[in-house]
Amino acid sequence: MTTTLTHTWYLSGRRLHAIARQPFVIVGNIFQPAIWLFLFGELFKRVAEIPGFGGGSYLDYLIPGVIAMNAMNANMWAGMGTLEEIDRGTLNRFLVSPASRVALMNANVVEQAVTTTLQSIIILLLGLLAGAELPGGLAGAAAMVAAAVLVGIVFGSLSNAAGMVLRQREAIIGIYIVFMLPLTFLSSAFMPTGLMPGWLRHIATWNPLDWAVRAGRSALSTNPEWGDVSVRLGGLLALAIVCVAVSVATFRSYQKSV
Amino acid sequence: MPSSAAIEAQGLVKTYAVRGDKEGVRALDGLDVTVPRGAVFGLLGPNGAGKSTTIKILTTLARPDEGTAIVDGIDVLRRPDRVRRAIGVVAQRSGADPGATGRENLVLQGRLHGLGANAASRADELLARFGLTGAAGRLVKTYSGGMQRRLDVALGLVHRPEVLFLDEPTTGLDPESRAAMWEEITRLAGEDGMTVLLTTHYLEEADRLAGRIAIVDRGRVVAEGPPDELKGALHGDVVHLELAAETDPAAARSALQDLQGIRNVLVAGDAISARSDDGASAVPAILAALQTAGAPAASVTVARPSLDDVYLRLTGRRYSESEDLVAEGANRS
Repeated sequence: MTTTLTHTWYLSGRRLHAIARQPFVIVGNIFQPAIWLFLFGELFKRVAEIPGFGGGSYLDYLIPGVIAMNAMNANMWAGMGTLEEIDRGTLNRFLVSPASRVALMNANVVEQAVTTTLQSIIILLLGLLAGAELPGGLAGAAAMVAAAVLVGIVFGSLSNAAGMVLRQREAIIGIYIVFMLPLTFLSSAFMPTGLMPGWLRHIATWNPLDWAVRAGRSALSTNPEWGDVSVRLGGLLALAIVCVAVSVATFRSYQKSV
Repeated sequence: MPSSAAIEAQGLVKTYAVRGDKEGVRALDGLDVTVPRGAVFGLLGPNGAGKSTTIKILTTLARPDEGTAIVDGIDVLRRPDRVRRAIGVVAQRSGADPGATGRENLVLQGRLHGLGANAASRADELLARFGLTGAAGRLVKTYSGGMQRRLDVALGLVHRPEVLFLDEPTTGLDPESRAAMWEEITRLAGEDGMTVLLTTHYLEEADRLAGRIAIVDRGRVVAEGPPDELKGALHGDVVHLELAAETDPAAARSALQDLQGIRNVLVAGDAISARSDDGASAVPAILAALQTAGAPAASVTVARPSLDDVYLRLTGRRYSESEDLVAEGANRS
């Protein structure tokens, strides 16, 4: 246990050091969500006037959606980093050392959590700049960031697992293409699910991305429903733990094919 | 003290699944190898012979389908965690993190091996030893090939392992870096008393570095012993002949086999080699016999046996041909 923790610390340090050396990568990756935020914010401004939407500002509505989407989007590429470590032989070097397996994956999780946190905060600030009100304040922002981090861990771990098992860049790109847009639009990121056809709404209920969007949106609203927020965050946390466990288990399958 | 051998592997079998081939590729086919303590031991064989797979199994990375392995007295299959603390590994692919500095790579490796606060001083010690002190703070991706390889070896030595595995340590290095690496490997076994298992597909490298070698062919060890002993087992000189164009090697072969004092006539393409107790004095008789058989020789050389000859004798193929064969087929490293 202590070994796992100290090794997580050492190995995370390596990842964070790499990020600190290239901070512009994080900022560069924000470019796309920023475009979504401003483009969609303007383009669909009047969506908020549709009966059943519930009124309010569309920008305020959109921000949790863009943050959650960015968290999923960015972390779905985590497997590429894993593949690079495999190709370079870095992963093998760690696997034949006493490095803890769990710590190896934990380091990925810590890296994903830190980048997702920074990116989510930047998107929140951009939203404020664009005129969003975010009445939930700091507590709301914290819950939003937590939801984004958990979504990032879920999809980052699955991407790492896919990289370890399939060992092909194409597979990761394929998974991205198949899941990214459907999961985004099968959530309340851009449109309340109340306005969706019944079967779509049903699917959205099971979409972890939607859990994050709803938890963040409620937390950032004037009257957060904290009970509801906790349930959704709890669900995301449970799912994240399962996904990390799955990704740790892939070491076994990887070592079979080495 | 654990058993006298540093490494003992028996009956290793490993098959890899390959798309479009139900049987898969049998990388190891009952490989046995025993490495005494303190030795520099060479696994010699062409690409694809099974050297790297052997290293992967002995270093706990891969599991064999069959067989047993003991490293530093520890069962590799039962206690891989303990084996990992006893071994240092320098794999074929670098493994150093190119986005970190050489020093950071070493310090992290030391910490993972439980060096704690001593990791930094150990890193500096190794940087100095491998002539990397000046580049310690530079990102590894700016290193030259030779510098990277020296860092790789340093990474394998951080925790002062009992057994060091070097998988193709000089492949891809320029002659100068290769010579420096050879010196370093010799020093490791001499001064540090470490057991070194190295794989190589360079005959010359095995001959020069290893006190003992095992020749690996198609997943098995076909010969084992000190290089001089292996060469000495091939009594006498080797006579290499190249036939003139458009002559029949079979005719040449039968002509030579009938000659007195000529043994082990082997044909590889239009090249023929044979063995004789006194090569120089046998040459006139050989040339005359070939002339009579209507298969004249274009060139003839007499040499002391080399490891290449040992390889040819054991496998029926020239070493260089085996490399070509593998290069044409699937090359799994």
